[in-house]
Amino acid sequence: MSVDAATVKRIGRLARIRIEEEEVAAYQTELNAILGFVEQLGEVDVEGVEAMTSVTPMTLRRRDDVVSDGNYAEKIVGNAPLTEDNFFMVPKVVE
Amino acid sequence: MTDLTRLSLADARKGLKDKSFTALELTDAYIGAIEAANPSLNAYVATTPEQARDMAKASDAKLSQRQGGALEGIPLGIKDLFATKGVHTQAASHILDGFKPEYESTVTANLWRDGAVMLGKLNMDEFAMGSSNETSYYGPVVSPFRAEGSNANLVPGGSSGGSAAAVAAWLCAGATATDTGGSIRQPAAFTGTVGIKPTYGRCSRWGTVAFASSLDQAGPIARTVEDAAILMTSMSGFDAKDSTSVDIPVPDFAAAVERGVKGLTIGVPKEYRMDGMPAEIEKLWAEGLEWLKAEGASVKDISLPHTKYALPAYYIVAPAEASSNLARYDGVKYGLRVSGKDITDMYELTRAEGFGREVKRRIMIGTYVLSAGYFDAYYVKAQKVRTLIKKDFEDAFNAGVDAILTPATPSAAFGIGDEALASDPVAMYLNDIFTVTVNMAGLPGIAVPAGKDGQGLPLGLQLIGKPFDEETLFAAARVIEKSAGGDFAPKQWW
Repeated sequence: MSVDAATVKRIGRLARIRIEEEEVAAYQTELNAILGFVEQLGEVDVEGVEAMTSVTPMTLRRRDDVVSDGNYAEKIVGNAPLTEDNFFMVPKVVE
Repeated sequence: MTDLTRLSLADARKGLKDKSFTALELTDAYIGAIEAANPSLNAYVATTPEQARDMAKASDAKLSQRQGGALEGIPLGIKDLFATKGVHTQAASHILDGFKPEYESTVTANLWRDGAVMLGKLNMDEFAMGSSNETSYYGPVVSPFRAEGSNANLVPGGSSGGSAAAVAAWLCAGATATDTGGSIRQPAAFTGTVGIKPTYGRCSRWGTVAFASSLDQAGPIARTVEDAAILMTSMSGFDAKDSTSVDIPVPDFAAAVERGVKGLTIGVPKEYRMDGMPAEIEKLWAEGLEWLKAEGASVKDISLPHTKYALPAYYIVAPAEASSNLARYDGVKYGLRVSGKDITDMYELTRAEGFGREVKRRIMIGTYVLSAGYFDAYYVKAQKVRTLIKKDFEDAFNAGVDAILTPATPSAAFGIGDEALASDPVAMYLNDIFTVTVNMAGLPGIAVPAGKDGQGLPLGLQLIGKPFDEETLFAAARVIEKSAGGDFAPKQWW
């Protein structure tokens, strides 16, 4: 499988990365090189093989469903580029 | 007084205990070395001399009372991927501009608990994506090694290039590093240092900036096998804050270092004998086997038939997980923000400017393989292949193999700005051909210096172990270290 220019732009939108028109061709070449490389997995017979979900035999631990942390909103927003009253500020989302 | 920075971590620890020098003297020696070397090597992206001196003074107070932890007063460098409270933590990326976490990663907290001193944050490939340390927002790290008769700058490897260069150039007694596809072992091999990626789950991932969560593991880079074992003991341990952290006791790894290899069976996988492998790597590998045999190990040919599929499977799994993990960098919660006409515009412009080219390329691949209609063909297929890769190793271990010996890298270090590698992303990825299988199977792997190439550059061998059997790796690596007997220190030019 290989990607065309329109697909490169669509992936950029899905990934929320602005791809400028003049960058499309280079990305297309690079992505196709990588996709071409991974193509060889097609040779592997995976009939009846289970997809790996955990590399070590373990069941995910669950913690108790209780509040165990928090009450420091000022720390949570401490590194944000723009805040007000401990809220993250973003451009208007709803008209 | 002898240059304190030249001491091994173990010897520095002994000197501190014997009061031959103080932690402050040791720390000052390293701070001086960093100030002198960093303009040339670019190994540190941030230094914390005041914090280091305060920590050293606190260690001296404890040492004078004959108290203190296993690393009391030992100055370390920390890869920029580990969250350090109130200190520069940016994964060497522009998108985390100005980020100073309010919390401490578990691995670094464990080191401070044991008395270690922080010298600063080490350069790396951006978000640990790279094999040459050239994708860093802060520019490449320059290796302390140069080919004989050459002044050309070489890469220290990556992604933990700053860690490897700083350890090799005596700019810290040891360093933290991380390994997702070879990022501890490849730079260790390039710089004549020892690096171990422990079993997945051995070190907590909490507070370490995530790249590919099912593959990421922290580990040390150090100048000797013993030093690496000492650091590994402190870094390891169960952590309830990481759901994949494994709740088993941490052995005293240093106690295993001199255990020897008598009676062990060392596997030699035929699939690692690649076409076009340089003769000096072949020779090194054969020598390593002879050294282990001379110390009482037996050698057995084995087959790991799915080896060649590990790298392509990795380049589906790792970018897929990265595209998900890196979705959090949106210009809202931390780091860089580039304003746009609406919120989507802001996201897109922030991420376009904040991420470097290699990171964007991997996010794009990851987004593509996870997108509707492709998920089964790529991601599920790769995870099935991963099951087969793991089974190859299990079959070898079940057949009586205790550890596996392979080359660590397909070549010695290459030049900064290598054009052939820059023009073809896949060519750079091939650096990890011998290391990536280990991450895919969650196993421990250690790189140990074993020889030099024709230009005098260090070459490493890799030992791969059973899950949670890092002790055997330390013991076998020590035999190689001793038998190689070489001096793998760089000639100081900086």
